Amino acid sequence: MPDQLLQQLADGLLIGLMYSLVAIGLTLIWGVMNIVNFAHGEFLMLGMFTSFWLFTLFGIDPIFSIPICFVGMFVMGTLIYRFIVSKVMKGPVLAQLVVTFGVSIFISNLAVYFWTPDFRLLPATMLQGTWQIGGVDLSIPKVAASFGSVIASVSMFFFLKRTKTGKAILATEMDREAALLMGINTERINSLSFGIGAALVGVAGAFLSTYYYIYPQVGGLFGTIAFCVVALGGFGSIEGAFIAGILVGLAQTLGGFYFDPSYKYAIVFMIYLITIWIRPQGLLGW
Amino acid sequence: MRNFTIRQIIAGVAILLLLIVFPLVVSQSFNVHVMILVFMFGMLGVAWNIMGGYAGMFSFGQAAFFGIGAYTSSYLLIAYGINPWIGLVAGGCAAAVVAAVIGYPCSNLRGHYFAIASIAFAEIVRIVFNNWQMVGAAEGLSLPMQNESFANFLFNSSKLPYYYIMLAFLLVSLAVSYFIATSKMGYYFRAIRESHKIAEVMGVNVVLYRLMAIMISAFLSAMAGTFYAQYILYIDPGSVMLLATSVQIVLISMLGGAGSIMGPVIGAAILIPASEYTRVALGYKGTGMDMLIYGLLITLISMYYPEGVWKLFSRLGRKLK
Repeated sequence: MPDQLLQQLADGLLIGLMYSLVAIGLTLIWGVMNIVNFAHGEFLMLGMFTSFWLFTLFGIDPIFSIPICFVGMFVMGTLIYRFIVSKVMKGPVLAQLVVTFGVSIFISNLAVYFWTPDFRLLPATMLQGTWQIGGVDLSIPKVAASFGSVIASVSMFFFLKRTKTGKAILATEMDREAALLMGINTERINSLSFGIGAALVGVAGAFLSTYYYIYPQVGGLFGTIAFCVVALGGFGSIEGAFIAGILVGLAQTLGGFYFDPSYKYAIVFMIYLITIWIRPQGLLGW
Repeated sequence: MRNFTIRQIIAGVAILLLLIVFPLVVSQSFNVHVMILVFMFGMLGVAWNIMGGYAGMFSFGQAAFFGIGAYTSSYLLIAYGINPWIGLVAGGCAAAVVAAVIGYPCSNLRGHYFAIASIAFAEIVRIVFNNWQMVGAAEGLSLPMQNESFANFLFNSSKLPYYYIMLAFLLVSLAVSYFIATSKMGYYFRAIRESHKIAEVMGVNVVLYRLMAIMISAFLSAMAGTFYAQYILYIDPGSVMLLATSVQIVLISMLGGAGSIMGPVIGAAILIPASEYTRVALGYKGTGMDMLIYGLLITLISMYYPEGVWKLFSRLGRKLK
């Protein structure tokens, strides 16, 4: 029994770190622009397909497509910001909420159009197999993804706290007007943040493609969970999203283990609702 | 709010007469079906508008109320043989109670937070119904065949009765919406929308009035749900509790003009035929082309017409005067 519990904890931690990686991009966008990016899950899907096609067509291993996903999604994120999101920034809140829904439906159905709604799996890549440590099975692609998540979170943390651009992003997050008065080009910060947010979730997609089904609608579930992670962690907080991702992963596997697997996502959403009831600003929000 | 001018009353009566005559002239049943959907989504939009447009709570979980309505009346009919008309009221009450239970803890949430909480709530409801054996879990519920009659809320031979019933439902919800907009309650709702704090300082019981907006909205959405169940005669979580439906309801209201009385109906009258006819024209190939256009439409509307078509109409109307 303790072995089984350990296995559940390990699985929860691994899936949780993946949620963290998906969520830090979202929390950055949300924090800086106060925009909920409903297309975030679709960005993840694009990252997965990028990695899939690079492997299938050119034999590039997902590990090496990570930087390509990062750059590609960064460009795409800034373009979507420049041509779509920036247009609604001054509009009504409702339009800001709905516009990314439109983008999300558009992207996922574009993927259906080009690549059919089929489920795909990458064949054996460089990341495969399992490690056995003390009776606990650890899937190597998941462990690699978790490392990626930790590295991404830590580097984001230091980027925001230590570099000039990072500090400008944080300043914009705290007070847009004041940042503007200090000579920060907030419009550039917006598009940069949107790009970084998309790039991070692109990286998540490359990792996820090594062990998860790749299909056009994959973003829906991950996107919805990412919202809960972000709100749980406190919007705009990288540390919060990191911790909340792990909590959500653990809640999901343990809840599924002790209660009923078919309710595992309901448990995640329930925890989210209870948290915002008690602490609307999230765990580490201000 | 203003009183109606004679010109508006004449226009209203004329449109109503047209709608009553429409299915008698247009015999093609698909067109009648599209109009029924227009009325139904119009009603759902009107219901959303009461909480979203007036009180500023952007719900992306209306499908949960719609589904609760559909499930309540269907289950009561199947398990206990209870008449769907009673089920209609029971479904509305059930949805309102659920709305109150979930709405109370959410009463200090605003904007994006409320929107995401509503998605989480609707997803929980969908997952629960998807696994709940008593109501058929993922297989859903098929409604039993009965003699067709108004009392049974069931008609096999023609869509016409459904058309008129749905039209009546829509008019009822519009009346409710109009009554709210012109009453004190409507002013309270709008005060809450503009600022919680100021509304509270002015003596508005924010929590209570937010709850009332959610409950009224849930009740009306559930009515539409019961109608859907009686009309399609088959429901499952995948058809009545989808996030896509919730989004569509928000979109209809926004396109028409959130916060105006007629806005959601105009939105439904534009969007529903557009999506139904493109689906017929393009969708059967299974390429997602219809949804692709739909997504593009949403993006363009929120970029260029975020205030809704209603604004355009009223601007034109003022010019004509």
